[in-house]
Amino acid sequence: MNGATCSLSALRIGERGRVLPGSPEHPAFQRLLAMGLLPGTSVQVVQVAPLGDPVEIEFNGMRLGLRKADAASVEVERAD
Amino acid sequence: MAKTPPVSASVLRVALVGNPNTGKTTLFNRLTGARQKIGNYPGVTVEKKSGAWECGGRRVELVDLPGAYSLAASSPDERVAFDFLTGHLAGEPAPDAVICVVDASNLVRNLFLASQVADLGLPLVVVLNMSDAAEKSGIRVDAHLLSRRLGVPVIRTVATKGEGIDALEKAVNRAVDERVCMAQVPWPEAVNRAVAYVRDGLEKEGVRRLADGELRRVLFDRQSAVLDRAGVPAGFESAPLLSASRDILTAAGFQSLSAEALLRYEHIGHLTAGAIDFPEKRRRSWTERIDTVLTHRVWGLVIFVAMMFVVFQSIYSWAGPFMGWIEEAVAFVQGQVAPFLAPWPVLQSLVVDGVIGGVGGVVVFLPQILVLFFFISLLEDTGYMARGAFLMDKVFGWCGLNGKSFVPMLSSYACAIPGILATRTIEDPRARLTTILVSPLMSCSARLPVYVLMIGAFIEPSYGSAAAGFSLFAMHFVGLVVAVPVAWALNRFLLGTRPQPFLLEMPPYRVPRLRDILWRMWERAREFLLRAGTIIVAMAIIIWALVYFPRPESVREKVEAAAAFETPDVLEKRVAAAYIEQSYLARAGRFVQPVFAPSGFDWKITVGVLASFPAREVIIATLGTIYGIGSEVDEESGDLRKILAADRWGEGPRAGQHVFSVPVALAIMVFFALCLQCGATVAVMAKESNWGWAVFAFLYMTFLAWGGAVLTYQVGARFLGS
Repeated sequence: MNGATCSLSALRIGERGRVLPGSPEHPAFQRLLAMGLLPGTSVQVVQVAPLGDPVEIEFNGMRLGLRKADAASVEVERAD
Repeated sequence: MAKTPPVSASVLRVALVGNPNTGKTTLFNRLTGARQKIGNYPGVTVEKKSGAWECGGRRVELVDLPGAYSLAASSPDERVAFDFLTGHLAGEPAPDAVICVVDASNLVRNLFLASQVADLGLPLVVVLNMSDAAEKSGIRVDAHLLSRRLGVPVIRTVATKGEGIDALEKAVNRAVDERVCMAQVPWPEAVNRAVAYVRDGLEKEGVRRLADGELRRVLFDRQSAVLDRAGVPAGFESAPLLSASRDILTAAGFQSLSAEALLRYEHIGHLTAGAIDFPEKRRRSWTERIDTVLTHRVWGLVIFVAMMFVVFQSIYSWAGPFMGWIEEAVAFVQGQVAPFLAPWPVLQSLVVDGVIGGVGGVVVFLPQILVLFFFISLLEDTGYMARGAFLMDKVFGWCGLNGKSFVPMLSSYACAIPGILATRTIEDPRARLTTILVSPLMSCSARLPVYVLMIGAFIEPSYGSAAAGFSLFAMHFVGLVVAVPVAWALNRFLLGTRPQPFLLEMPPYRVPRLRDILWRMWERAREFLLRAGTIIVAMAIIIWALVYFPRPESVREKVEAAAAFETPDVLEKRVAAAYIEQSYLARAGRFVQPVFAPSGFDWKITVGVLASFPAREVIIATLGTIYGIGSEVDEESGDLRKILAADRWGEGPRAGQHVFSVPVALAIMVFFALCLQCGATVAVMAKESNWGWAVFAFLYMTFLAWGGAVLTYQVGARFLGS
């Protein structure tokens, strides 16, 4: 449970994290909140696009593509 | 905007809302019987569509709102949905009830939107759609329990099979009669205080009284559209009022920008507790397995490019035989009709060359349009479009577009008009404007006739069918290759980039239904034929007239005097040629031709180019009329390709040489690839942005087209010979 804190964009394929409250000023985080990516949610990076960006994440059974710049707005606690 | 018939008091207005990919559009089709585009790409429904629905004996006007995740109105789609629900759209009173379609597999997220709709005080019915698919993956929803908790009817449907429609009709009637509203979020005291603060502040400024639901939007959203709609007096600064009201939230321990999501989801969590059953052990779904290949960094890209290649190769090869049959049929009809009209040469020429030739020259490309739409529908309905957008985002992103530009741009390959309409799913207004401005550069199906004609007449005979297929493929990339730097320049010098979030839902893969695909192919075919039947035929007749007139006897007399010893057959052709060369259109073409001389165009090609500005398909009909007019109607005269290949310069420095060569054919194709020769597209661009941008697009594309054609011809002539 005491995983290191990093941004969602720093996770590699297959890695998981738990969303931290972070700062919701970023418009991307606002939209993600509306889609249910609340603090405490478990999120996994499942794929990275050919040129390294965007990344595909999965949470609550849904899959979403988002750019690394937007993923950086979400702070996570690394989990295994 | 769809036209809505005037609503009489006896007709109910019901809005259909829901997240993208919930099968909302399929349900709409089921209920109204009017079909529309169904796709898997998030937000394929970009237009407001309405239809008549006979709902349990009542007449209902059902309005299909764009798919949205939230009413925060951060994209044009969400804004339309919000404005409609609050009655802020001009001429659109707020609906009597709302049907919120939720995907049973994603219930909690979907209820977020339902809860926001409920906040506006509208009677609501929740439709639990695709519950069969959810059950297959082990997710069970107790609709009865959920209905009791939410306080509104929850109806289980499978829209594709028409299950649950009767129950839905009853529920909607009940919701309207009893004004059934969903359980409200128990807002904490701090939220109520902040709302009251905003209300008082606005009232002092004389703003009309807003409902609490609307005031909460003002409070929670970063930039709410509500204040614009409410008629805030000029010079009123809303920022101090908003920041003071948000301080109330902060003081109570809420982050003002995440408060709504946390409170709503907490509430939804209570409402759904015990009503949803998740499988104990989640199996690896098909979508996951397929995605490991299709969005793979290497294989995904390889498959994407291969798929696009197959699509365009198929258009060329599958449609071939059908085109041949249509050509033969047109020639046959011309041959049958001509003798009946022989006593009236002007009428004969009008009907045989102008009308039948004009229609035939356009209808012949129908098979290709059908093949292309088969593939586009297939890609959308399976869910692959979203994967394409994911793979392409980085490619498009650096020049100010984004992965969502991929769908409008790929749709523009069929026709820029639906493509430009599809840009409404792009949240970032700059990326959206840029996509609108470059979409017409994509090679639409109306350009296909030009490519097929030129490739068939000049590339295929010289270089074989493999080269023909390749050049068709390459022509479809010319616009794309040009679009990227154009988009970059637009963003860099005109718009200035400002990144916006890019979120792309990857819907589960679905097996497409042939019926939906065929329906869309038919819709497109009908649209194309109607265009061919109206604007293009009208153009064909005008062009025919400009070629046929003036017709002074002196021209004939002069030719007959000079070539009296020729056979009557040859004489007729000489006369016809002489008439064309002094026609009104030829005069205009000669006048403009010097502008096009560096691209190798003679006056006839110039005439074709000029005539095609309202609609580019017209080039075929025009060339057909110019070359076919006055000639006898037989099987050979239907074959424009042979006539073009045989044509030679009659005058000037290149007299005697072939007019058409490979470089000229390439230059013509490049010109058509880059030019905005479509009145309808210009009109749609003006509607989606403004006339300034539409005119700008027309001018920049015309300039690009001319430059591209000159470059192609000059380089081509150097390497391939003129």
